[in-house]
Amino acid sequence: MSARRLAEIQPDNFSPNRETTAFAKASVKKYPEGKQASAVIPLLWRVQEQNAGWVSEPAIRWTAEFLDMPYIRVYEIATFYTMFNLQPVGKFHVQLCGTTPCMLRGSEELKTVCRKVIGNQMDVTSDGKLSWIEVECLGACVNAPMVQINKDYYEDLTPEILEQILADLRSGKEVKPGPQNSRHRSEPLGGALTLLSDTSSSRAKAKPQAKAKAPAKAKPVAKAKPATKAKAPAAATKPAKAKAPAATAATAAKTKKPRGVKAPKVPDDLKMISGVGPKLEGTLNGLGIYKFAQVAKWTKAEIDWVDDYLSFKGRIERDDWIKQAGALAKGGVDEYVRVFGKKPR
Amino acid sequence: MLQDKDRIFTNLYGFKSPGLRGAKMRGAWDGTKQMLELGRDGIIDQVKASGLRGRGGAGFPTGLKWSFMPKVSDGRPHYLIVNADESEPGTCKDREIMRHDPHLLVEGCLIAGFAMGANAGYIYIRGEFIREREALQAAVDEAYDAKLIGKNNKNGWDFDLYVHHGAGAYICGEETALLESLEGKKGQPRLKPPFPANVGLYGAPSTVNNVESIAVVPTILRRGADWFAGLGRPNNVGTKLFCISGHVETPCNVEEEMGITFRELIEKHAGGVRGGWDNLKAVIPGGSSVPCLPATTCKDMHMDFDTLRDLKSGLGTAAVIVMDQSTDMIRAIARLAYFYKHESCGQCTPCREGTGWMWRVLERMAIGQAEKREIDMLLDVSHQIEGHTICALGDAAAWPVQGLIRHFRHEIEERIDQYSANPNPDGAVSLQAAE
Repeated sequence: MSARRLAEIQPDNFSPNRETTAFAKASVKKYPEGKQASAVIPLLWRVQEQNAGWVSEPAIRWTAEFLDMPYIRVYEIATFYTMFNLQPVGKFHVQLCGTTPCMLRGSEELKTVCRKVIGNQMDVTSDGKLSWIEVECLGACVNAPMVQINKDYYEDLTPEILEQILADLRSGKEVKPGPQNSRHRSEPLGGALTLLSDTSSSRAKAKPQAKAKAPAKAKPVAKAKPATKAKAPAAATKPAKAKAPAATAATAAKTKKPRGVKAPKVPDDLKMISGVGPKLEGTLNGLGIYKFAQVAKWTKAEIDWVDDYLSFKGRIERDDWIKQAGALAKGGVDEYVRVFGKKPR
Repeated sequence: MLQDKDRIFTNLYGFKSPGLRGAKMRGAWDGTKQMLELGRDGIIDQVKASGLRGRGGAGFPTGLKWSFMPKVSDGRPHYLIVNADESEPGTCKDREIMRHDPHLLVEGCLIAGFAMGANAGYIYIRGEFIREREALQAAVDEAYDAKLIGKNNKNGWDFDLYVHHGAGAYICGEETALLESLEGKKGQPRLKPPFPANVGLYGAPSTVNNVESIAVVPTILRRGADWFAGLGRPNNVGTKLFCISGHVETPCNVEEEMGITFRELIEKHAGGVRGGWDNLKAVIPGGSSVPCLPATTCKDMHMDFDTLRDLKSGLGTAAVIVMDQSTDMIRAIARLAYFYKHESCGQCTPCREGTGWMWRVLERMAIGQAEKREIDMLLDVSHQIEGHTICALGDAAAWPVQGLIRHFRHEIEERIDQYSANPNPDGAVSLQAAE
């Protein structure tokens, strides 16, 4: 176990903002009458989010008061659970996984990068942007080595890529979370070898399809360096993609094409939506989509239609275009910053 | 190799939508009401007949566990708790279920809740899985909106499901520590008995199940217990998510048949061992808590509970950590010892003190700065921790060290010889104080 103490310099007080209060009230409702103490971890977490990434002593007092718990009980929680930062951290707090599965894949070199770029653990860089700490297994071992930065995982890293990510975050550029090589998620590098047949239902009876194709994608011979391999598989992932049109046909009935409009004089810059680039903007314009308000009003059926049309596999929902577009339509960049806590790109 | 048609998690890699519509297309929420019409005993009998063993590491039969819940409530509510505090080093399977196939889990919760007479369920997800928590919450909300769960739902069993999260404590994966944490306390395990089925969450009967155990149940009931029991080997049946990490060509998650041989698993799915089979040095077959096995014993072993237990290791969570000849075994295990030192909750002295002690000794052994008699002393201390603590974290900390000494004692000795032949010019072994 690790001994953890509160920071020496503490702010005078903590006052919850509207969001925190609303969250606290909603959280307590999840638990039976009189068991509100159950909400202590979610609450401290919310407090940490509001308080620039760390839990201060006044914040602990507020939480105890809100939950009607003795102060010492909440203090105990804050010092026991290691995700509560007890001292200020950078705007981007890097949690670097150093446990054996990541260590075997090179997390030691990532530590060197962090030391070089940021400094010692829990040091905050002078611009207040970065800090780092080594943590225990983050549960993404097949995508090792990896780090968590704020809410997102960045996986399949190399020292060079990590250094680039840190530099990009520092300069305010957007960085794509998830695997940093050509992998989609946790399938083998070079494309999935299973789940290729299009039996989307687990009940479906055996449809002996030409499954044999997949293994033919000759694996690079053993020992090939990961770095050189990383580039190759872009083509190899194609077979998985090829299924999309079939799905489109099958599901077309349940989805609905969103209604387009004629090009207005001043179209919105759809690229402000994270996930939309120049190419996609063009495609959307082609569908008659020019305004944030249009995107914000999409129904589920319409989202599904566009998703299928773009062969997106749910990215619209994952990136939450609707909420993004809603914010942008309502109050432009300011509203977006208020909702998401960061600028649209 | 398992065929795609027999795979339960058909969106394991997230190429398809995790939403309700996509999940329904893949078969989720189909005939759930009919399953509930089997009745509590009917469902438990089916799960027992399927031979499903808990996927959280211990391999306890799931149907049997459910049957421990009181048949008639004495006035206290019953609770279903899903253990999604996936933190065992090497393991990353529940994460894929929660972010890519969450509806199988939600549906499983309803069925399991019904089978144990619970009208409420909590999913305790680890704090670091923030995006996974959002995905899971989205699925729960969708299920509520579609009236699949909640009060007066279409399936005919009132069931509320809540997503709760932790904040970075491995120990909360232990079931009673999880209950403590869920009650808003430090995650320190409780003494058993009483078992959670009698006195669990808020003092009420509760059952804690792993995510995978719950998420496979709907498919088992849909396709029949015989189908599930027909896969794998006797007493070790069904399919299992394997997480292959470490020194393989292409680390990945994959759902395979229980009892697949190690060689087939690695060759078919992970592209083989880095540098070929002769380059294999050791394997940790079931997450960091189980002892490692040397290459000589593991190449053709079956990956299931009983085979691995007989080899004095374990299937655990089926997190296969592969290590090639370049691996410094002592350092690899020393890092695990640090993990357990960091994660010990501090409640029992043998674990609190022992984990740190073992780590410090292993760190010295990793550079050879030790004496050979200390190897036996280390083994002795590991046995003093094992079995002398409230929960199994003490055992889990001791086993990797025992595995190292059992199979790689010669390496420790060589390292010590090497060091004493060319000692540090700075002088003697520096003594370190206990913390």
